[in-house]
This record gives sequence, structure tokens and C-alpha cells, in this order.
Amino acid sequence: MDSSRRKFLKIAGITAVAGIGAPSALNMLMKQEVQASSAGDGHGAQPAAHGGEGGHGAAPVGKRYGMVIDAVKFHENPGMAEKCIEACHSYYNVPDFGNKKDEIKWLWQVPFTNAFPGDESHYKKDDRTHAMQFMVLCNHCDNPPCVRACPTKATFKNADGMVMMDFHRCIGCRFCMAACPYGARSFNWRDPRGSKDGVPFIKKVNPEFPTRMRGVVEKCSFCDLRVKRGLIPLCVEATGDSKAMVFGDLNDPNSEISQVLKARFTIQRKPSLGTMPSVFYII
Amino acid sequence: MYDGGKIIPGLIIFVGLMLFAIFNNAGKKIEAPKVEKPVGYKECVKPVQYMKESHMDLLNIWRDEVIREGKREPVEAGGAMYEKSLQNGCMHCHTSKKKFCDTCHEFASVYPYCWDCHVAPQEDVALKEAR
Amino acid sequence: MLEKSLKGNLGYWAWVLFLLGIIGVGVICYIVQYNYGLGATGMSRDVTWGIYISQFTFLVGVAAGGLMLVLPYYLHHYKDFARITILGEFMAIASVAMCMLFIMADLGQPMRALNVVLHPTPNSMLFYDMIVLSGYLFLNVVCGWVVLHSEYKGIKYPNWVKPFIYISIPWAVSIHTVTAFLYCGLPGRHFWLTAILAPRFLASAFAAGPCLLMVIALIMKRTTKFDIGRVAQDKLVTIIGYAALLNFFFLGCEIFVAYYSTIPGHMHTLDYLYFGLADHATGQVYNNLVPFMLSSVVMGFAGIGLIFVSRYLKSDPLLALSCLLIFVSFWIDKGLGLVLGGFVPNGLEQITEYVPTFVELGITAGVWATGFFIITVLYKIAISVKLENEKTA
Repeated sequence: MDSSRRKFLKIAGITAVAGIGAPSALNMLMKQEVQASSAGDGHGAQPAAHGGEGGHGAAPVGKRYGMVIDAVKFHENPGMAEKCIEACHSYYNVPDFGNKKDEIKWLWQVPFTNAFPGDESHYKKDDRTHAMQFMVLCNHCDNPPCVRACPTKATFKNADGMVMMDFHRCIGCRFCMAACPYGARSFNWRDPRGSKDGVPFIKKVNPEFPTRMRGVVEKCSFCDLRVKRGLIPLCVEATGDSKAMVFGDLNDPNSEISQVLKARFTIQRKPSLGTMPSVFYII
Repeated sequence: MYDGGKIIPGLIIFVGLMLFAIFNNAGKKIEAPKVEKPVGYKECVKPVQYMKESHMDLLNIWRDEVIREGKREPVEAGGAMYEKSLQNGCMHCHTSKKKFCDTCHEFASVYPYCWDCHVAPQEDVALKEAR
Repeated sequence: MLEKSLKGNLGYWAWVLFLLGIIGVGVICYIVQYNYGLGATGMSRDVTWGIYISQFTFLVGVAAGGLMLVLPYYLHHYKDFARITILGEFMAIASVAMCMLFIMADLGQPMRALNVVLHPTPNSMLFYDMIVLSGYLFLNVVCGWVVLHSEYKGIKYPNWVKPFIYISIPWAVSIHTVTAFLYCGLPGRHFWLTAILAPRFLASAFAAGPCLLMVIALIMKRTTKFDIGRVAQDKLVTIIGYAALLNFFFLGCEIFVAYYSTIPGHMHTLDYLYFGLADHATGQVYNNLVPFMLSSVVMGFAGIGLIFVSRYLKSDPLLALSCLLIFVSFWIDKGLGLVLGGFVPNGLEQITEYVPTFVELGITAGVWATGFFIITVLYKIAISVKLENEKTA
């Protein structure tokens, strides 16, 4: 190899590396993605920057939506939970593959031991808790591990504290699913628009909301679209006037949800992990 | 040059093959596709020329604004307000995916995957509503 | 220099053809998976990473293990490793290539893989993994190729590669550390949530990498005239032996913490891996990894014992066997148990077991064959150059 050719190749190589690296480095420096406002600390742009639960004294900035689920009311009203799940899954075109391996779910029910593993503090539980089913969904954590793990910002916290999915950007690495301690995320293992034995996986496609394509992760969105329009999430709406589910802004001391949380004893799923879930349970 | 006798004819054949498509179609008159225009609507959210050239950019901008930044305020066209949405905005007037989107995309041989997730309107129903 | 790989005997070509055949099977399987989606694998909603990511994790270790062959020569001027340093670098190239292929095979939307670069996300460990892995590939290609090419021309390698060589040493540690951080930074996965995950990864890497190299070196000793030398062999035995012992020491620490503290979350996965775990509600016992994990422990200790015996007896077959035992043991430990075990039980303490499908195994075999293909070609070049040089010298 003569020296001029070697020199040329060297320069070409370095230029190529710089060319690939520079735009992304610039992007990183210049572009500030919308980051969520957090419960307590006003500066909480990075999820990792959290000290304690609003320990920095600053007044809560922006909204943070949350939900209280009254498991007792669900227990007393059999069939109501199924109505909520149906309202959610049918609107959002959540497919039913009819098997556990491919399963996709945004909102579902589990017994106490599964919803709150590690919290079985009493040797014997009361019969009612034992018999109760608990609605579980994405907790829209204030400090979401899934957002921290996502390598493309396909899952992110929006200005209202909701953990969102951008299906266009998701590469399907499923790091978020490993990161979520609540099993709230589902993956499209196969084309949700397909069918088996003539039965489509999505029984009736709702034209107002897109379906998904195979290879992306999905989960409960807290009905961000509806909330933005001043409506409540579909599951909450399906509970009617029963108050089995209360939805609202946790940062607003006068909101209904804040009043409920002030008046009632509630628990969260795995609070010891520091994710600060936005879903509370009355048991 | 070593092996010049093999390399130069090889290069000529390669370049010839690569340029075949251009030679083959040179001088032929090719008709532009005719897309079906919406019935009863005069104006789009942006000038027609912009939409022809850059509708995909606009869709990407809308996507990021709506999903990531929460900017969901509707856009104006011909006095009416429309949702920033492919499925519920664009397709409100352009009721037929087949006669509008596909005609041109097929001609240009581009296959965007919008419709892998977004739901194209049922053409007859949508047309009735639009009227 | 590349032309060296085009001259070989019948055995060489048969081996290359065999590998190409398996790669072909892998490609066909991948087409099936690409068209159907990742549902063609055995992964499920509960076990979301399967054999691809576990192979990836193990192979990052093999790549990092190359360090143990490079470091003594370049940093300590340990001359007896002069012949194997290049083999370590080339093994790292093949391993990182396999890692990248496994990641691609695991993506639900492989066409969007570049989103990681287009939307860089410094809070994601996967972002750093991309940087360190591609960086390590680059470093090893540059160092390995330049050093060998200099040798080919009978000169000493140029000074400008020296910084790259020195950077590559801590870089090797970084690739496996970052890979461990993918797992050990996740809340709610008790099995992974341990600070000694990265040290444990490194210990097993520093054993498994040299083991693989040793096996290949012993094969080459029989099939070619290339011999890495008794002194280097003995030194490698020491490195492998201590690293393997250290790995089991770390594993023992994990077991102590879990079973002495008796915190359920800490015990669950270990129960599942080594004894079988019963479901809360149904009482059904799940244990499909138990035979693998137990044989991993047995093979690992047997391998460590035998490797020192082999040195005492100066027996190459026994050395090859013990290296193979350790390699397979750690492949099971990290290439199966570590990743799959982390998902059992899931976040809701439900148990789902994972069994790979044929498509998945076909792709996995294809990627491994690709790795061996790269190793074969690169080693062929390396030993041709080395043998030729010695002839003329």
C-alpha cells in the first residue's frame, strides 16, 4: 500500500466516523425533549435526579394524573371490572389471541398476592381480601424505570406525568418490559391484525384509534387523548357513579382524588422500589 | 494495472447494467397518476404544492407534536377545523385511501407503513358522512 | 493478506462449507421469524428475553475474555503470549459480531435499529452498550489487523496503534460492565439486582474466553503446525483456573445472601434455577432449567479440578476436555440461567417457563456459525502469516 493511498484511507475513515457520530452528538446537546413535570421537585427533568418524594420544598409544578381504585367496590359489584376492561380494550383495539404466550393486556385483574407480592404481612389473610380481585394497569410512575431503560425515548413521560408510548419509534427491544416491576407492558409478538380460524384477533376495529403493528410494545395510556379533551379515562367512565375508580390531578389539593387520598387509607404496588406509582388502592 | 483486460470490460458491463433502467425508459412518455380529489372541499391545511411535496414531513411533524409534545390543537382549512391526525384528520376529506394515497404511492413505488397501524376509513361510509 | 484465507486443504474447505450451510439454515429461519414476528420464538409476555439475549450476554463475556490474552503481552511485555495475542483480538472481533447479530435478531422492528443513534438517550444503558460494543469492535479490528499486517511485512507495528491498544484494555472491562448494568439496574428483578453482577460477569468472562481460545489452539496444534507453546498454555491454565474459581465464589456469595437473609424475592429465582419453584396458587412445581444448572455446577467444578491436573500431567487431551467443561458450564450459567432465570417469577409472582422454538434455535445456530466462520477466516490468516514468518526467520 503506497503512502498516499494509506493517507487517503485514514482521512476517509476518520471523516466517516465523525460524520456518523456528529449529528447524534449535536442532537443530544441541542435538542431538549419534552420531559415530564414531577410530583415535588420543580427541577425533576431527569427521572434519575429524584431525591425523595417531593423533598425539595418547591411547590408541585404542572399536573400529575393519578387514579384511586376501590377494590371493595369492585368486589361488591361483580361484572363491573369486566365492563371496564371491555371499554378499554375495545376502544384501543387491543387484540385477543386466545393464548397466554401472545397475550396483550392493558387492564386486567389479579388476586392480592399477585398484585402486591411481598406484602402478605399477615400469616392468615381475611377472607374478603383473599377473595378480592385487583385491577392492575400501568402505574404511570413518577419515576418510571421503563422510561429510564428505553434506548430511543419511544416511551417517555409527558407534561401531565403520564408515561406514554410512541409506537412509531419503538424498536421492539423489550428493555422496558424487563424494567417494569409491574408487568404492565405487552409486546406484539405477531401481527395483531391477523386472524385464526377466520376469527380476527381484533373483533371490531375502532376506526378512531390505530391498531399496532407486530414488534412494538404497548400498554395503558391513561387515556391521554381523552384527558386532554377534558374527559375521564374509559375505565373510570365505565364504573359510572359507583366511585370505584377516581381519576384526577394529584398535584391539585382540591381535586377529588386528592380529597379521597386525604380521607382514606390507600396502598400502592411495590412502593419500596421508589418508582412512585400514580395508582392507589383502597382495600 | 494488473488484469486490466478483465477489469475494464467488467466495469463497462457493470455500469451498463446499472444504467439499463434509464436507457430503457428514456424518451418514453409516462403519464402522471390521477388522484381523486375530495368531494365538496376546496382547501387543504397547507397549499397544494406543499402537500404534494412534503405531506410526509407534515405528518411526521404532527406525529411528534401530538404524541410527544401534547400539542393537539386543531388546524384550520377553508374555515373548518380539523384534528391533527392522519386517521381522523386527513381521511375526513380524503375518504379513499385506495384512490388518493395508493394511486400516487404505487406510481412512485413507495410503500409507507402508515396503514399497518392506522385504520383507513371504510370508503362508502366515509364518503356519505363527508357529503 | 486476506488471500491467505483462500488457500487451504480439504479439511479447511469442508469446515468452511459446513459453517456456510448452517449460516444458510439460520438465514432461512430468520426470514420465517421476520415474516411472522417474534412470536415465532418461545418468548412470551412474561419471559420477554430468550436465548438471543442470553447468548448476547455470554458472548460479550467471550469478547471481553480476549483481554486476558492481550493484557499480559502489551502491558507486562510477557513474551510467551506473543503468539496468542492476535488470536485474542480476533476472537473478540468474532464475538462482538455475534453479539450484534443476536441483538438484531432480537429486535421486534429491526428496520428501526438506527433509532438508537437518531434519538440518543443517555439515560438508557442500551445506549452505552451500543457505544462500547461498536467501539470495542473498532479497536480490535484496528489493533489486530495493523499488528498482524506489520508482522506480515516483517516490521514492528507502528506507534500510532499503541494508544488504541492501551485503550482497548480498559474498554474490554467496560463492555462487560455495561452489559451487566443492563440487568443490575432494574428495580423489581431481584435476581439481577446485585452489585456483584458486573464482577461476576467479568470473572466468568475471563475464564470462558481463554477456554474457547485454548480449545481452538489445541485443535490447531493437531491440524496445523501452529503451536502456542507449553509456557503460554500453562499460564492460561492459571488464568482460567483462578477466574473460574472466582466466578463460583461470587455465585456462592449470591447464594449465601439469598438463603441466609431468607428474603423471598432473593430466593425465588435461585430456587427456580437450582431446585424448582412452586406456584403460589396451584402448587405446581416449575423446574425445566434445574438439570442444566446442576450440571453447570458439576461441570464447572470438574473442569477446574481437571485443568490443574492436566497441567501436572502435561496432557493436552485432558486440558481440552477441562476447558470444554468450563466453557459449557459458564455457557449454561450465563447463556441460559442468568437471563431466563431473571424473568421467573414475573413482577406479579406468576411463573411462565420458556422453551425455545426450532426457528429460534436455527437462528441461534446460524449466528454461532457466523462467529465461527469469522474466527476460522481470521485465524487462518493469522497463523499463515505467523508460520510463514517463522519459516523465513
